[in-house]
Amino acid sequence: MEVVLSLAIGVMGGSGIWLMLRPRTFQVIMGLSLMSYAVNLFIFAMGRITLGAPPVVDAAWLGDPDHYADPLPQALVLTAIVISFATTALFLVVLLASRGLSGTDHVDGAEHDQ
Amino acid sequence: MSPWLTHLPILPVAVPLVTGAALLLTRDGQRPLRLALTLASLLAQLWVAVLLLGQVTGHGAGEWSDGIGVYLLGGWPAPFGIVAVVDRLSVLMVLLTAVLGAACWLYATARWDRAGVHFHALYQFLLMGLNGAFLTGDLFNLFVFFEVLLVASYGLMLHGSGRERVSAGMHYIAINLVASFLLLLGLAIIYGLSGTLNMADLAVRAGALSGSERELLEAGIAMLGIAFLIKAAAWPLNFWLPAAYANACPPVAGVFAIMTKVGIYALLRISTLLVPSGAPAAFGTDWMFLTGIATLAFASIGILAATQVERQAGYAIIMSSGILLAALGMPGMTLAGPALYYLINSVLALGALFMLLEMIQRTQPFGADVLAASQELFDLDDPEPHHEPDEVVGIAIPAAMAFLGLSFFACALLIVGLPPLSGFVAKFSLLATALQTAGPGHTPNDAWVLMAAILLSGLAALIALCRTGIRLFWSAEDLKVPRLRIIEAGPVAVLLGACALLTVQAGPFMDYMDETAHLLEHPVHYVNAVITGEAP
Repeated sequence: MEVVLSLAIGVMGGSGIWLMLRPRTFQVIMGLSLMSYAVNLFIFAMGRITLGAPPVVDAAWLGDPDHYADPLPQALVLTAIVISFATTALFLVVLLASRGLSGTDHVDGAEHDQ
Repeated sequence: MSPWLTHLPILPVAVPLVTGAALLLTRDGQRPLRLALTLASLLAQLWVAVLLLGQVTGHGAGEWSDGIGVYLLGGWPAPFGIVAVVDRLSVLMVLLTAVLGAACWLYATARWDRAGVHFHALYQFLLMGLNGAFLTGDLFNLFVFFEVLLVASYGLMLHGSGRERVSAGMHYIAINLVASFLLLLGLAIIYGLSGTLNMADLAVRAGALSGSERELLEAGIAMLGIAFLIKAAAWPLNFWLPAAYANACPPVAGVFAIMTKVGIYALLRISTLLVPSGAPAAFGTDWMFLTGIATLAFASIGILAATQVERQAGYAIIMSSGILLAALGMPGMTLAGPALYYLINSVLALGALFMLLEMIQRTQPFGADVLAASQELFDLDDPEPHHEPDEVVGIAIPAAMAFLGLSFFACALLIVGLPPLSGFVAKFSLLATALQTAGPGHTPNDAWVLMAAILLSGLAALIALCRTGIRLFWSAEDLKVPRLRIIEAGPVAVLLGACALLTVQAGPFMDYMDETAHLLEHPVHYVNAVITGEAP
């Protein structure tokens, strides 16, 4: 479980960084999206990996923390997802505006000669 | 305490939030209503900031111990709930935001607010994010308020549109998104190890960790530090700033003058809380000092090399960040008092400079129609004719050229740090305190390095601004004398007047800053106020 999760975070983070360093705006936005997935999973993992445990208080166990998943990282992830969703949408609009104004999808707004 | 006073600490966040939301409901045609709403909100924010200042200095009606007010949102006790904390440092920043925000807004109402949509609403959200970041006592809320102010700043950065602006704005957005990811990663690590995101609680618990856990915590805090350094425009994380600030419309660039200082504030706040339990690397004094010196060197070269005046102003912002980082990087909190005084001075002067530069540009024969172009692009049904850009409606001020020349001269003095204005007082007290750090007879090398860096960067700024002044005022062939409206010249005069007040009243201001530095040096007051704070 730990290996799968850390591999997923690593692969998404690595791909995200590589794509963010590419010169096309669409690659950058894909990179930013992948990075945000990696970050969200990472926050989730920081609450410790627990299987089959509820994050809310259950009448059967009450105050025993062994039986619960940490609810706080889940709330943090939710906030982070909403924010990264909004900023990705905004970046998409700026990307299209830049494409329309400059006629190219290069991040600098102009093609560089090879 | 009356109920209004109890809820005072949350008003700097709540007032712009409600106003911004209300502004979204108005139509574009209802400009007078928008202006009235925004004006009321800005005046309320100023008033609240002044009331809070009275509270923390003990002149208010409240009974805050140590002058630190803790507001528990929803009544949940810290560290389980979210807290807003008001102390001398945060009140200072909130008041500065209110003054700068009001001045830049007034300037924008002359022309720029009609160059795009939703200017006033975005402006309110920007102020809300700034105030929230200064007042929060919770790391995750700090992230959220950073996002609020950044998202608003993305909109304002692109205000007016145009090819250059969108291109610069895209770089600005991309780098800030990456910084937000770093912030989140840092937060996650800190929470995973310490189990808390409350700053005061973290200060207590960080000391209890040891071994590999402590090292991992320091890695997390270092990531947090990198994110703040990106916002504070420290070298080598600041290449985005000159292009972004030079391309933002002038009143927006003016209010952005405080945005780099949010990064400085966050660094200062968290480092003071964490230092007693062993300073983590990014906030440790050595790294901060070296970063500050490198930033100063970068800014000095940049300001000399820049050919556009707006880019020069951008490098001047980086220079102020460099001085602050280097000063705060000196051991202990010895320089925090003068550094805060310098921060106020530089924010006011740089905010005025950006607006002033646009007015000066109007005297030049070229480049006068940038605004006209962006207004055409948005196809606004503007009541004013734009084929004559110098046609002013409203009260024009007399002796426009004299005003522009004198204001530019005052801005240059403030930024360079020459007498008689507050820039000189700030730099002089920084250097004097630095030389006293190790007592008489022995001065550490750091102090000499700081002295050389501050003086040399001041020289670079002096040369660059002299050159610009000569080019703009003396050697231009056919200067057009513009007619300036009083609501354009007024804000610049107010900001410069505030700097003059800072100079004349340097004693009381410096006492306040020194008391602030004293509280920062003893974070136990802050921690106690938050942890034992009773629900009001």
